Amino acid sequence: MWRFVIRRALFGLLVLWLVATTVFLLFFAGPADSVARRLAGPRAPQEVVNQIRDTLGLDRPLTQQYLGFLNKLLHGDLGTSFISQTPVSTLIMASLPATLWLVAGAAALWLTAGVTGGVICATAPRSLRDRLITVTVLAGISLPTFVLGIFMIFLALSVFPWLGLAPGPYIPPLEDIRGFFQVMIMPWITLAVVQAAVYVRLTRGSMLDTLGEDYIRTARAKGAPEHRVTYRHGLRAALTPVVTQFGVDIGALLGGVVVTESVFGLQGLGQLMIRSVRDGDLPVIIGAAVLAAAFIVVANILVDIAYSFLDPRVRLT
Amino acid sequence: MSLIEASSEAEHTPGITPAVRGKGPWQLAWERLQRDRAAMVSLAVICVIVLLAVFAPVFAAVTGHGPQDQFPETGLTPEGLPVGPGSGFWLGADSLGRDLFVRLLYGARVSLLVGVLSTLLATVFGVVTGMLAGFYGGWVDGVLARLLDVVLSFPYLLVAIVLVAALGAGVPLMILVIAFFSFAAMARVVRGQTMAYKEREFVEAARSLGASKLRTMFVDLLPNLVAPVTVLASLLIPTAIVFEATLSFLGLGVDPRTPSWGAILADSTDYYRVAPGLLIFPALLLLITTLAFNLLGDGIRDALDPRSDRLLSRK
Repeated sequence: MWRFVIRRALFGLLVLWLVATTVFLLFFAGPADSVARRLAGPRAPQEVVNQIRDTLGLDRPLTQQYLGFLNKLLHGDLGTSFISQTPVSTLIMASLPATLWLVAGAAALWLTAGVTGGVICATAPRSLRDRLITVTVLAGISLPTFVLGIFMIFLALSVFPWLGLAPGPYIPPLEDIRGFFQVMIMPWITLAVVQAAVYVRLTRGSMLDTLGEDYIRTARAKGAPEHRVTYRHGLRAALTPVVTQFGVDIGALLGGVVVTESVFGLQGLGQLMIRSVRDGDLPVIIGAAVLAAAFIVVANILVDIAYSFLDPRVRLT
Repeated sequence: MSLIEASSEAEHTPGITPAVRGKGPWQLAWERLQRDRAAMVSLAVICVIVLLAVFAPVFAAVTGHGPQDQFPETGLTPEGLPVGPGSGFWLGADSLGRDLFVRLLYGARVSLLVGVLSTLLATVFGVVTGMLAGFYGGWVDGVLARLLDVVLSFPYLLVAIVLVAALGAGVPLMILVIAFFSFAAMARVVRGQTMAYKEREFVEAARSLGASKLRTMFVDLLPNLVAPVTVLASLLIPTAIVFEATLSFLGLGVDPRTPSWGAILADSTDYYRVAPGLLIFPALLLLITTLAFNLLGDGIRDALDPRSDRLLSRK
């Protein structure tokens, strides 16, 4: 068990190092002047370009710059934003709550809807309700997140204005609980609809496989009531792939729900990333990318460990 | 006349009993696909969209509106708002007085180009990588499988955004980025299939006949992989189209002057209350296109593998 965790952690560090190195090389490989020019933007005056080159030490050898970059990163120093002159870690901490709340609320919605939908389909395969849900799911999978988001805003502002829902900046729940819900409900639903579609499909497939197993027949034969067979015997075993997917999704989304945050103007990590890319705010881009990769790596390790608890057949080696 | 004589006579007389021709697996699959109504409708829809995209310049000539031309006099109302659908502008004009219909057709070119080319690239690289890893095993598999793990654990939207920020937006970069993140999924499937087929008798037979490893891989193994690869590829196309639209919507996709569905939708967010068509038409087109590809992909899976779990079964 511990050997496994250590090996996975080392592999995770390798991924993080690769992400950091790739980002570094993308921005810093090349002649000092052209790198400075790219960071400054095509229309910046030559003095600004020179200033950037000197403050960042871009004319040092690339290996020296790289070692300096890694050294800072290992000490948890993500640098200071070019634009706002605040430490990157402060900016990230300020954006984290919006993303955390968005993912937490949406996850509760999509997990409930997805698993329920999947079970309804799997207990009556080929039925009318199965086919209705399946067609809806296919539409949900085909629907780009941002299109759904724009339509939600359109409906909220033009058709149901009395609901008081509006896109807007994040409001902390302790400050104004009503405002928190008014801002968060639409992003929650948007993110959850797109994700739930995947989960219905996953649960349905896994449930159908499980319900075909011999031990399900045994459970029925010994007279277990149908709901007990479905939930205690079937669903519990069928949930393993769902848990895997859930962990992977949470990890990926915590790094920034880029599209949903952009559409609704929530200032989370994804929005921070987009803004810094538009402004060419390099330290923030690198910090956010490394943090996002870290979330994914940790989530993947946790999923593998959870696996061994859910399914006793899986041995961690 | 005995039965045997009769049958032998029929065999020798042309035109009496037409010979039963064997049907290949592809013909059978095609026949199954033809019975799938949803898949056939989707195929027709895709054909129409492809034709519209191919003949976009014709529509530009007929309407007299180029994709970049701005018509401040005819396309905008005296108050400066975009005109609605009508005889001059079939689907209305956008906020700069450009023809929405013509721009959507040119946008279809970008979407289809990115969708198909990135999927092709991903398929070629994915198949080669997956086959090498699965066939050789050992350290080759070790290295390649780890590489796939790394690619699959990248936060791909964020990395794509960083790449675009560092290298600048453009269609070729977009295709490469999408291909890079789809090839790993393809390679993983191909690797698994190759490992399963490697132990089968026909591979052993090829080896004992002295076939080289390359020949065994591409002549004997590859045909067995065509079905899963086709299915996955047909489902990668809509993913790529949505990915392109999303990046363009965020302002990080193709060159902002190129008409693209994502960029058109991003423009519409400021105007849809006065001109809902600006939002509805591109959104519908995007939805119909991805839905058609997804339905066709599901149909192809059912047709190629009749035992598979049918997502949209008729009975």
